[in-house]
Amino acid sequence: MKPFDIQPLTQRFPFVHADAFGNALIVPAKNLVSIVEWIQASRLYLCDTLSNVTGVDFLPKVIEEEGKDSEGNSVKIKKNIPGYIEVVYHFYSIELKRGPLTIKVRSNGRDNVRLPSLMPHYRSAEFQEREIFDLYGVYFEGHYDLRRLLMWESFEDFPMRKDYVPPNDNEYEPIASRHSGGDA
Amino acid sequence: MHTPQDDVTSDELEKAGVLVTSIEFIYNWGRSNSVWPVQFGLACCAIEMIATAGSRYDMARFGAEVFRPSPRQGDLLIVSGTVTKKMAPQVVRIYNQMPEPKWVIAMGACAISGGPFKNGYNVLKGIDRYIPVDVHIPGCPPRPEALIHAIMTLQDKIRTERSIVEKDRSNPAYGKTSREFPVPVYDGHDLKPPFNPDVWKPPSMTV
Repeated sequence: MKPFDIQPLTQRFPFVHADAFGNALIVPAKNLVSIVEWIQASRLYLCDTLSNVTGVDFLPKVIEEEGKDSEGNSVKIKKNIPGYIEVVYHFYSIELKRGPLTIKVRSNGRDNVRLPSLMPHYRSAEFQEREIFDLYGVYFEGHYDLRRLLMWESFEDFPMRKDYVPPNDNEYEPIASRHSGGDA
Repeated sequence: MHTPQDDVTSDELEKAGVLVTSIEFIYNWGRSNSVWPVQFGLACCAIEMIATAGSRYDMARFGAEVFRPSPRQGDLLIVSGTVTKKMAPQVVRIYNQMPEPKWVIAMGACAISGGPFKNGYNVLKGIDRYIPVDVHIPGCPPRPEALIHAIMTLQDKIRTERSIVEKDRSNPAYGKTSREFPVPVYDGHDLKPPFNPDVWKPPSMTV
């Protein structure tokens, strides 16, 4: 299957840009639905299949950058990069035998993450968005039935987030230090 | 039970066409040769269990081929695969629904300890935290031969158990009272309680 030519899409939506590796498009959350409607309808894309939806968690981090202070000396300036949740979509066109078209949407922060749902456009998004809600805590607005999919209803927190601390039920075996109470 | 002297006597009697045995021996012989498993699989170990029941390995040779679709008709629960925390209450419930006497085989690394998924947030670290296990089979997954070996080990165990005389009973499974094991409930992050202290306790470790 040949990949899509992303040139027409970036011409139509100039604010869309490729990620650092050049194989995915980073789309602002507010434009996601209009872009998806366009690639569904456009003769160049005809994306009839949403094959995969997944989530990625990015923790906030501090990076050091070279900078100049007020006297012109070069110093290292610490910069806070806020954390975010990224949702990755893989679209295919069975009609054109093309794909995948990878689209990434980044949330604003990691608390109360709200992103538009693609369930009205692709029925295959239903369970995958429920899974992302279950494991990463992304509230998909417009989803008809947003419930936990894998964990039980009364489960608290979102277990695939990087700062999730699993319960320590390895009562007697030394375990990795990211578990609570473990001292290995 | 039989002693070597008993066997000599019974051999001589058998030559004369007389069979002398105990009712306990007959019971245990019958039970050990018709262990009916509950038709219940959890993961890839279940595929090996199905292969064991098939014609190539043929569990029917040991009287254990009748997989019953209802726990009410099963004697043996083969816990074949990873027990997730979401599944664990259902496994305990199925075990509670089985009539006495009943036995459990923990098949594979996951059912014994959580196996390769042990550090997962959603994996129960061994089904023996909630129900008593008679035979553990290591392996990932165990070969059908290993499951057959576990069934033969279980048969040996059944044949040597004291099942009739009340004061000699080695296994509470032969008692008149039905044992009901508490079913864990879902909590915020883990099951509550995390294990049944009547069945399992963390081994004491001195560091």
